[in-house]
Amino acid sequence: MANEPIIEAQGLTKRFTVKKKTVEAVTDLTFQVARGELVAFLGPNGAGKSTSLRMLTTLIPPTSGTARVVGFDILKRPADVRARIGYVGQLTSGSFAQRARDELLSQGAFYGMGKAESKKRADELIESLDLSGFANRSVQQLSGGQKRRLDVALGLMHAPPLIFLDEPSTGLDPQSRANLWQHILDLRQKYGTTIFLTTHYLEEADRYAERVMVMDKGRVIADDTATRLKANLAGDVLTFGFTSEKDAAAAVAVIQRLTDREVRRAEESVVLTAPEGDALLPAAVRALDAAGLQATRATGVPPTLDDVFLALTGRTLREAGEGEPVDEPENEEPVAERGAPSPRRNAEAAEQPETEKTGAGR
Amino acid sequence: MSAVTETTRPDTVVRANPTRDTWNVLTRELRPVVRDPFSLIFSLVQPLIFLGLFAPLLVGNSGQPVGETLQWFVPGVLVMIVLFGTGATGSNLQYEMMTGSHERTLVAPLARSSLLVGRALKEIAPIVVQALIILAVAWPFGFSINVPGLLIGVALLAVFGVGLGALSYTLALKTKDREWLFWGVQQTLIFPLLILSGMLLPLDDAPAWMQAVATVNPINWVVQAERALIAGDLGNSAVLWGWVSALVLALLGLWAGIRAMRKSS
Repeated sequence: MANEPIIEAQGLTKRFTVKKKTVEAVTDLTFQVARGELVAFLGPNGAGKSTSLRMLTTLIPPTSGTARVVGFDILKRPADVRARIGYVGQLTSGSFAQRARDELLSQGAFYGMGKAESKKRADELIESLDLSGFANRSVQQLSGGQKRRLDVALGLMHAPPLIFLDEPSTGLDPQSRANLWQHILDLRQKYGTTIFLTTHYLEEADRYAERVMVMDKGRVIADDTATRLKANLAGDVLTFGFTSEKDAAAAVAVIQRLTDREVRRAEESVVLTAPEGDALLPAAVRALDAAGLQATRATGVPPTLDDVFLALTGRTLREAGEGEPVDEPENEEPVAERGAPSPRRNAEAAEQPETEKTGAGR
Repeated sequence: MSAVTETTRPDTVVRANPTRDTWNVLTRELRPVVRDPFSLIFSLVQPLIFLGLFAPLLVGNSGQPVGETLQWFVPGVLVMIVLFGTGATGSNLQYEMMTGSHERTLVAPLARSSLLVGRALKEIAPIVVQALIILAVAWPFGFSINVPGLLIGVALLAVFGVGLGALSYTLALKTKDREWLFWGVQQTLIFPLLILSGMLLPLDDAPAWMQAVATVNPINWVVQAERALIAGDLGNSAVLWGWVSALVLALLGLWAGIRAMRKSS
């Protein structure tokens, strides 16, 4: 039983009808997540990440396909799913009119926790998420980072075995982002929570997620650890510098013997892209020495997930995000409600990463 | 294997329970009111302006003593509290839909109906407090309050408020993030309803068509019932019609609101 996947998606598909045009936001999503995993959906705005999350958390029904989350079918037993998952949406979970601590206590009550238990748990989360100084302030008065930490606290209030986080760090400055991540990782260590999140920050997926599912245009196009994705799909860029073009040309032949990847000369340099470049670099330098060729410079640049995305789609993440966004009205009905899509949840397409998302005026 | 999981798992997690969930939603909604009771006073500004600036005009026009005019006017102001305050309460939900906390409550294991009913019931608290404040302000100027009538009158206001509040929430759920639409509809409805209820000026001299419309305006009946109740005329047929109007409105509002909440995502 413990080996049963905590998420099992089978052919999840979501179509929206916008202005009589059918848009497929998510296509045939099939995957499993084991207990305790930390998984990230990585993709540009409008890739279908939020729609997938909203289906898995029972907010919207899929057009076709199904999923079992924490052992229950999202269509047949949504109440059982809801009782056992935590969810941190893209926006602010706390009501602006409420005090931070009050929201935690209400959340406890919503999940059937007793008063004393709620209080204890709220205090614990306030402490561990660094909210002590602000717990009695209204949510409206909190800064972006504080609001986000409260959102995470609300998601963890009932100690769910699985928590979904929709772009948890979007709109935060780098320091708050790192701080939030530290909290998420600490809590995971402490409670063994399975974490499933979406992000369009490459560094974030790269650094924190153990498993990355790359999503583009409603489909998962790659699913592996960040390290393996980079090794298999991109590779390190190695550059060797020489004092003359003649030496460089001779070096191409020497280095080519060590790898099956293409080795090119560019003026007085030799360039190649290869997996495990960190091992290849010293080996190449030794081989060059043995051949009497002196490399004056040698650099190895590890790949980023952007290189992975580029290799997979021919576009960089940034280009994909800025390109024609997939309209994602997130209407509950697969058929448009009187032809008027709600732009509210069209957040993936409309979002502006540089502005504070939780700020007033949204 | 999965079927086994569902049946053998020691299930201690919460299940949706409309009564308990409604109570929890109601408690949550009341927290900001308890934390900051002065917010109730601020939403009284409009009715107080009508009481302070409009009532003297009525007194001057009617040529009747102040007490008698207030006896006629103050019950209408009580209904006005509900119309202006409770009628706008949907905007709170709309704001929470736009900022994100509504979504959080939709993922929580709460009965959808409770999310609506709990909010609608919360409206009773400000209505009762505000009605008593208005009466306390107007009372020194001399008009008589029949205590049993007042109690029944406040109860009637509460039922009316639950209905109007539920309708306001329905409007918010339907208009989603389009605030302009919410306020457009709300403002378009509120003034005709206000004038055609005989709340500010008697409709006795109104043209026949206005009187005809007023006859089917439930708010008109609630106003008339309040006048009769506070004056102690408990057996007046307007009281019965006021209750019928308020109850029909409450049932209609809750039905529409629960429906809209179930469709919310």
